[in-house]
Amino acid sequence: MEALRSLGQLVLALSIFSHLSLLAYSSSTQDLQIISAERRIDLTSHIVKVFLTLKVENIGTSPVSEVLLAFPPTQFDHLASLKAAITVGKKKKKSYVPLEVNPTELPDAPNGAKSFSILLLNPLNTGETATLEVLYILTHSLEPFPAEISQSESQLVYYRDSAIILSPYYIKQQTTFIRTPSTRVESFTRVESTNRAASEIKYGPYKDRPRYSYSPIIVHFENNNPFAVVEELVREVEVSHWGNLQITEHYKLAHAGARHKGIFSRVEYQSRPHAGGVSSFKHLLARLPPRVHSVYYRDEIGNISSSHLRTDYLRSDLEIEPRYPLFGGWKATFVIGYGLPLEDFLFESPDGRRYLNFTFGCPLAETVVDKLTVKVVLPEGSKDPSAVVPFSVEQHLETKYSYLDVAGRTVVVLEKRNVVPEHNSRFQVYYTFNPIFMLAEPLMLVSTFFFVFMASVAYLHIDFSICKSS
Amino acid sequence: MAASQTSNGTTLRHAFGNVLSFFILILIGVLAFSIRLFSVIKYESVIHEFDPYFNYRVTQFLTKNGIYDFWNWFDDRTWYPLGRVIGGTVYPGLTLTAGSLWWFLNSLNIPLSVETICVFTAPIFSAFTSWATYLLTREVKGAGAGLTAAALIAMVPSYISRSVAGSYDNEAVVLGTLLAALVPVVGFNAVMTSEHFASFLVFIIIHVVAFVYYIKGILSPKMFKVAVTLVVSIGLLVCLAVVAVLVALVASSPTKGWSGRSLSLLDPTYASKYIPIIASVSEHQPPTWPSYFMDINVLAFLVPAGIIACFSPLSDASSFVILYIVTSVYFSGVMVRLMLVLAPAACILSGIALSEAFDIFTRSIKFQLPGLPGPPQVDAGETSSESTIPQNEVPKTKTDKSADTLKERPSRKNRKKEKEPVEKPSIKSQIEKRLLVLPFEGSVLAIFLLVLLGAFYVVHCVWAAAEAYSAPSIVLTSQSHDGLHVFDDFREAYAWLSHNTEVDDKVASWWDYGYQTTAMANRTVIVDNNTWNNTHIATVGTAMSSPEKAAWEIFNSLDVKYVLVVFGGLVGYPSDDINKFLWMVRIGGGVFPHIKEPDYLRDGQYRIDNQATPTMLNSLMYKLCYYRFVDTDGKGFDRVRRTEIGKKYFKLTHFEEVFTTHHWMVRLYKLKPPKNRIRGKTKKSKAKSSSTSSAKKSGTKRNPWH
Repeated sequence: MEALRSLGQLVLALSIFSHLSLLAYSSSTQDLQIISAERRIDLTSHIVKVFLTLKVENIGTSPVSEVLLAFPPTQFDHLASLKAAITVGKKKKKSYVPLEVNPTELPDAPNGAKSFSILLLNPLNTGETATLEVLYILTHSLEPFPAEISQSESQLVYYRDSAIILSPYYIKQQTTFIRTPSTRVESFTRVESTNRAASEIKYGPYKDRPRYSYSPIIVHFENNNPFAVVEELVREVEVSHWGNLQITEHYKLAHAGARHKGIFSRVEYQSRPHAGGVSSFKHLLARLPPRVHSVYYRDEIGNISSSHLRTDYLRSDLEIEPRYPLFGGWKATFVIGYGLPLEDFLFESPDGRRYLNFTFGCPLAETVVDKLTVKVVLPEGSKDPSAVVPFSVEQHLETKYSYLDVAGRTVVVLEKRNVVPEHNSRFQVYYTFNPIFMLAEPLMLVSTFFFVFMASVAYLHIDFSICKSS
Repeated sequence: MAASQTSNGTTLRHAFGNVLSFFILILIGVLAFSIRLFSVIKYESVIHEFDPYFNYRVTQFLTKNGIYDFWNWFDDRTWYPLGRVIGGTVYPGLTLTAGSLWWFLNSLNIPLSVETICVFTAPIFSAFTSWATYLLTREVKGAGAGLTAAALIAMVPSYISRSVAGSYDNEAVVLGTLLAALVPVVGFNAVMTSEHFASFLVFIIIHVVAFVYYIKGILSPKMFKVAVTLVVSIGLLVCLAVVAVLVALVASSPTKGWSGRSLSLLDPTYASKYIPIIASVSEHQPPTWPSYFMDINVLAFLVPAGIIACFSPLSDASSFVILYIVTSVYFSGVMVRLMLVLAPAACILSGIALSEAFDIFTRSIKFQLPGLPGPPQVDAGETSSESTIPQNEVPKTKTDKSADTLKERPSRKNRKKEKEPVEKPSIKSQIEKRLLVLPFEGSVLAIFLLVLLGAFYVVHCVWAAAEAYSAPSIVLTSQSHDGLHVFDDFREAYAWLSHNTEVDDKVASWWDYGYQTTAMANRTVIVDNNTWNNTHIATVGTAMSSPEKAAWEIFNSLDVKYVLVVFGGLVGYPSDDINKFLWMVRIGGGVFPHIKEPDYLRDGQYRIDNQATPTMLNSLMYKLCYYRFVDTDGKGFDRVRRTEIGKKYFKLTHFEEVFTTHHWMVRLYKLKPPKNRIRGKTKKSKAKSSSTSSAKKSGTKRNPWH
């Protein structure tokens, strides 16, 4: 209840603050107003997806080139991805053009509210309107309550948000829809005009809300979807110019839902799969690129025999099961490795450099990765590596010694926290490589064997005896 | 070069023969290696069984922490709370071999994992073993016999059973490097038991003799005599002193320094009388006749022929082989695991027998072949070294004297030895040769039958390698009508333990699973396969055979948090804890006399159905194995014992089930925390315990850890 109280304080502060600052502040937040806003919050899995449609109008005097979005600090910490697009054309010819989104500081933002600015394609002139589509994804935002459940109980979680969209703009009309995975909703905060129909809760429509309005709500509902969180994932992509791309992925998987308490009864689990382990999960699906070969699935103590691979020309589906079903708080580690034909992923750029074009995120469907490290191991002798990633990541270089290396291989290390399936986009690593280096290791082997044979020939023709036998 | 100048037909043929036998040896090595890969192909590249997991863990420690830490390693994750000095009690030969192999490959930037190295150590060393056998047998009966023996030992099932890829154990390596594993590299604990003295003595004597010969070579005869008297007189004094100290040391220990396992070699009934732990291990039982046929197959019939061949003529080397076979036959009759000692002896003798037989048969065929001109040239056509000797005796001695540079691959030392026994009997054998001519048809038939016998042996060996001995025993498979079914329950449980319990939690189980738990789950165990402390094992045995409350108190006093039992009743896995339970009772009862074996037997019979004794049905092991078992099929039918269990519905009061694997083969229980001593409750429980049975009370009193 501590959280509730602090939320209440936040709201109070926000509303006072916003009233005071209504007249005083910068021109850009005064210039725009939101005519209509619609927010759809999807709570069906443990990854919260929010779709926001904003119709913005310039009511100021000068053209405006950016639109601001505001987030409460708790949501900002769990924000994994934020994308915005603008609607172009009308009705049937409607299309979406993605827009650039940057974090920004707002001087008048109350109580540590964080904000992002969406850069419009063309500045919005006075009196014009634009329709923006925003998608943002929150992770670790469903708090299990009760925090510990026994084997047969189903998992209930809290979701906290505001009934009114937090925005630095005046909003004329707004509605919020919350979709829950099942019709079982324990409770939800009722504010004015709140409706619930089956698995959807509707807040609104609300009219004429001032800037930075906030009205905290809590939804307490059942969510038995697998809370699969990869606490750490290291993907190693090894480029061999002999034609193979070898990928090795080390997973540390955890069930991040309500902690399991007390006994685990196999009888219950096996005889009544629905009741005896409803919050647990066992199956995982990894989407791998097509033409994958030599797939393995193992952990530190050997092969894990429960997996299936289905391949077709579009993609390969690897269905895996950890050694044991995962209940809340249980963990498992495993390694997936596979090879891919190099020609699908390695290309030559116009300036003569080579580049690797590969997917960044985690191949497991519907999982959150707390910390993802992608290591691209370039062949020995490659120079000037540089990575191009569509979102911000930490980068550095390492050296790795693998089979018969002398100088070591350059490794481009990319690190990102809080990765969701939306990050499964392509990234590129550019480097220069002289094919003559491919011959270094075979030549080394040949010369070694040559010297061994020469030495043995020499040995056979030299007498090493200490004392001559008479 | 000099070779080309002096070469004539015979030296060329010799060179050809040497190259040929070199390639044959390489092929034998490849065969020995690849026949052991069935386990990797059929299952996976994984460490097998129990002891290899310990060796694997030790190797991991060695590669991670280096030799000095390994030397000083006190392992606190086993034998809790006693711990174990691993550096001083382990035979380091295997570990150091694999560790240095790993280090060598990694220094060449070949990043093979320690596990891979450990898995493939045994096949690599079996290739070495077959080469060593070749060298040994060549000393006895020449190269032909050597090659045959090498081929035989490359695929003898007895040795395969110990050295398939993944059985990373001393036995796999020890045959090839018999001495290396025993050399006291680290510590003295491992070698402070007297049974190793003999092998040390041999090792020392060999070196002393070699050293004396060397000194003799560099000193003049007179100086040598003086030196000998000096050294001998000083040496005798030192030896006497050392012997006196050792005798005093050995005599001060109760068993005269001999471990129980070795004593049971001298007196086969020793273990079953005094040490149930040793008797409880299945590989310490005496073998049955079928196991001889299974493990050495046709060699069993060839050995007598080999012994006869060794007596004609009897040389030092062949008498050594005879002694070897006689002693190893005795030892193999005492313990199943010592069949391994018999295997090389049987292979050597069978190799000799086969090669002699082929020699005689092919010779008599050649002698009677109508196409060839005359008997004198038959000798020239022979490729075996013996028959060519009469003709090239002159050139050979010439090469010996003139050009030491002109030599074949075998070193000088070997050749010298080889020549002496070979040349003398060859004259004799030449006379015999004329007489020993068998009928043509008979010898063709005999050769055909011998080839058939060999083929039978090969088929049997491949079958044994592929089917009988390749299972890693931590993964089980069964063939059913809808395909292969895999039982991977052990690793499921160990993986669960390693990821979902605290790193310092203690796990109690019967000692069989100790090594695997420390290696795979990385959890502290109470007892493991090292079995060095009988009392400790007896404590666990006592806990398993006690009723729940007494067991809880024993385990709680040992800081145990989880109890692991192996249960095969659901899927029919016969080597589970219920079948081992009587040994727990016996071993526990051997130290804590309140556990009595007859209490667990109904009329001398071990049973778990409704005729079982109440002590049996109330024992912790019974309860942990069959807890809620009846809910699976409604009857509680045990597929191993083929009966319905005796006590079906019961609750656990001091333990709770925390994990059971998919096929129920491993069940893990957690000790419940002690109840708060609320006044009312303690009263109640006191009243209960006093009213129900005095056995519970007495059980708590007799807890050995209080």
